[in-house]
Amino acid sequence: MNIHEYQAKELLRRYGVAVLEGHVAWTADEAEAAAKKLPGPVYVVKSQIHAGGRGAGRFAEDPNGKGGVRVVKSVADAKAAAEAMIGKTLVTKQTGEAGKVVSRVYVEDGCDIKRELYLGLLVDRETSRLTIMASTEGGMEIEEVAEKHPEKILKAAIDPASGISGFHARKLAFGLGLEGKQVGSFVKFVTSLYGAFQELDCAIVEINPLVVTGAGDIVALDAKVSFDDSALYRHKDLEALRDDTEMDPKELDAAKHELNYVALDGEIGCMVNGAGLAMATMDIIKLYGSSPANFLDVGGTADAARVTEAFRIITSDANVKAILVNIFGGIAKCDMIATGIVEASKNLSLEVPLVVRLEGTNVELGKKILAESGLAIIPADNLADAAQKVVAAVKKAA
Amino acid sequence: MAILVDKNTKVMTQGFTGAQGTFHASQGIAYGSNYVGGVTPGKGGTQHPSLNLPVFNTVAECREATGADASVIYVPAAFAADSILEAIDAEVPLIICITEGIPVLDMVKVKRALDGSASTLVGPNCPGVITPDACKIGIMPGHIFKRGSVGIVSRSGTLTYEAVAQTTAAGLGQSSAVGIGGDPVKGMDFIDVLELFLADEETKSLIMIGEIGGQSEILAAEYLKSENFGPGKPNKPVVGFIAGATAPPGRRMGHAGAVISGGQDTAVAKMEAMAAAGILVADSPASLGSTMVRALKG
Repeated sequence: MNIHEYQAKELLRRYGVAVLEGHVAWTADEAEAAAKKLPGPVYVVKSQIHAGGRGAGRFAEDPNGKGGVRVVKSVADAKAAAEAMIGKTLVTKQTGEAGKVVSRVYVEDGCDIKRELYLGLLVDRETSRLTIMASTEGGMEIEEVAEKHPEKILKAAIDPASGISGFHARKLAFGLGLEGKQVGSFVKFVTSLYGAFQELDCAIVEINPLVVTGAGDIVALDAKVSFDDSALYRHKDLEALRDDTEMDPKELDAAKHELNYVALDGEIGCMVNGAGLAMATMDIIKLYGSSPANFLDVGGTADAARVTEAFRIITSDANVKAILVNIFGGIAKCDMIATGIVEASKNLSLEVPLVVRLEGTNVELGKKILAESGLAIIPADNLADAAQKVVAAVKKAA
Repeated sequence: MAILVDKNTKVMTQGFTGAQGTFHASQGIAYGSNYVGGVTPGKGGTQHPSLNLPVFNTVAECREATGADASVIYVPAAFAADSILEAIDAEVPLIICITEGIPVLDMVKVKRALDGSASTLVGPNCPGVITPDACKIGIMPGHIFKRGSVGIVSRSGTLTYEAVAQTTAAGLGQSSAVGIGGDPVKGMDFIDVLELFLADEETKSLIMIGEIGGQSEILAAEYLKSENFGPGKPNKPVVGFIAGATAPPGRRMGHAGAVISGGQDTAVAKMEAMAAAGILVADSPASLGSTMVRALKG
C-alpha cells in the first residue's frame, strides 16, 4: 500500500525522523491558511499524488506552465500555486499520459539546501536483510544511479538479530562525506527511519532528496513510504491512510473480492489460477499475436461466487473482446470453477467469445458441467490450443 | 534417489487438524506417502478426527514420538513464521511452508534463524515438494506426475504443473519437483535446488521456471554455466522459462516477489542470461515438454 508524501512525513515525524514543518490543504484557502502558520519567508507547495517526478511533471490543463512542485516567496503566491494545482491533472513520467488529478497539496516550510543526498530502506532479496542504501546523487532516481554509477551507492545490510547499530549509520555518513555535526544528525535520522520501517512493516522507504541544510541539519525533503500488504493486518490504523482514488476502479473492486487483478490495455480478458500461470497466459496471448487486458489470479480457493465477481470485473473493461479462462487445478477444483463459469454466464449475459481450458483436479467433472450447460463455450485442450483459439476469436470478431 | 524426499521420509503436518492440513495430509496419504502425525497447539494427546494419526502440542514432541524428518506447514500467515521458527528449534531437517502472505519482515527473522541451523526450508508461498510414486508433500495434484528423469524447480505452483503435465505427456516423467515459492524472502532458492539435482543420478535433465523480480534466475544461470556445462561437468540439459514478459514494470503480479523494480529483473534480461549460460529457453509456457525433448536429442 502506498501513501502520500504528507502522510509519510506525519508518520515519520512520530518516530523522530527530521522533517520540515508543513500542512496539507484541500483548497486554495486552506493553502493560504497553511502558509500563514509556517515561519516563511519561503514556502513550497507540493502536489500530492502517488507518483514520482512531480517537480518535472506538467499539468494537462497548462502544459507550458510550471510543474507540480513550486517554491514561492509569499503567502499569496502559495495560495495562487495551490489554486493552479488543485483539481488539475498532473502528468509525470510515472503517471503515464493520463496523469493523475491533484486533490490536495502539501504546503511546507522552505529550506536552506546545502547538499542533496539519497537514502532508501528496503528488504534486499539477495541478502534477505533490511538494507539501507545511501548515495551522494540526491534527486536522481536510484535505479539510474545503480545503472550509471553503481560505485556511488553505499549499502548497509542489517542483521535482524542485533538490529541497527551506530556504526552502520556512521559508515554511511562518512561514505557520503558528511562532517562535524552533520554526522550525528545523520546517525539519528537513519536510526529513527530504521525504527519506523521495522515498527510499521514498511516495504520501501525512500528519502530523495535527503538534504543537508546550511545549519548542518539532516532533513527529509521528500518522503515515499509503502507498506507490506501482507503485514497490514497488524496495523489497522494505517488503513485510514489508504487513498482509493489513486487506484484503478477495477483493481479496487477486485481487491474487495480477494482477487489479484492488474488492469492492462489489451483486448483479451484473462481468468487464471496461480500467479505464475496468470503471467504465462498473458505472455502466450502476446506470442500468438494479441494482447492481454488484465492479469487475474482467481486463487486456489475460488468458488462460484468469486468466479462470478471475476467475470463481472473482466467484462466491465470495454476493451475486452474475448475471455480466456485457464485453470490448472491443484487446490482449485475444476468442477467448482466450471460451476462458477456457468452461473456467471447466466447472470452476466456474456457477449464476447469465451475460451475455457481446464486441467488438473476434477477436470472430467468440470468439462462435463460445461458441456451440459448448453453455453457457447469454446473448449481448449491445452495452453497453446487455448491461446490460439482465443486469439482467433478476437481476430474473427474484429 | 531423487532429491529432498523419498519413500522413507516421515512427514508431519503443522496446522494438522485445520481444513487445509487435514485435506492435504489425506491426499498425501492417499498418494502413498508416509505421514506420521502432526501438531495443533491445544489438541495434543488426541487422535486426528479423520486421519487416525496422533496430534501433538509442539513440534518437538511430535518429532520425538514419531521420528518425523519433514514438516509441512499450513498455518495461517499471521502465525506461520512462528511455526517455521518452532520447526527450526526442533531441528526438523526439512521444513516446507505452503502458507501465502507471511509478512516480509517475519521472513527476514526466519531466514536469520535458518543460518547455522539443522533445517532446510522450502517456501513459503509454494506448492511443496514431490518425488513421484514415493512422497508427496504439498498441494500439487498427484495424478499428473510420473516417476522419471526430469528435475523441476519453479517459483510458480501452477507453472510447475504445466511442466509436469508436459513432461509426463512426453513420456519423460519427473525425478522430483520442487516449488520454491513466489515470495521475495524464502528458504531454498534456485541454486540450492539445482545443486541437488546436478548431484542426483536419477535426474538426467532439468527444467527451471522463474518469473520477473529479483536476481535469482540470473545467479542460477551463472551457477549452471560454471557447474553444469563444460568438460568434466554433468552437462545435464536444462530448459528454462521466465513468466512475466508482458508484465508492466512496478506492478506486483500476484506473487509478493513478482515485481519489476528496475535493472536486470525483467523477463527478457533473465531469458538472455539463461540462454547465454547454455540453457534452452522455451519461447512459450506450452512448449516446456517439447523443448526438453529437443534438448535431449541434442
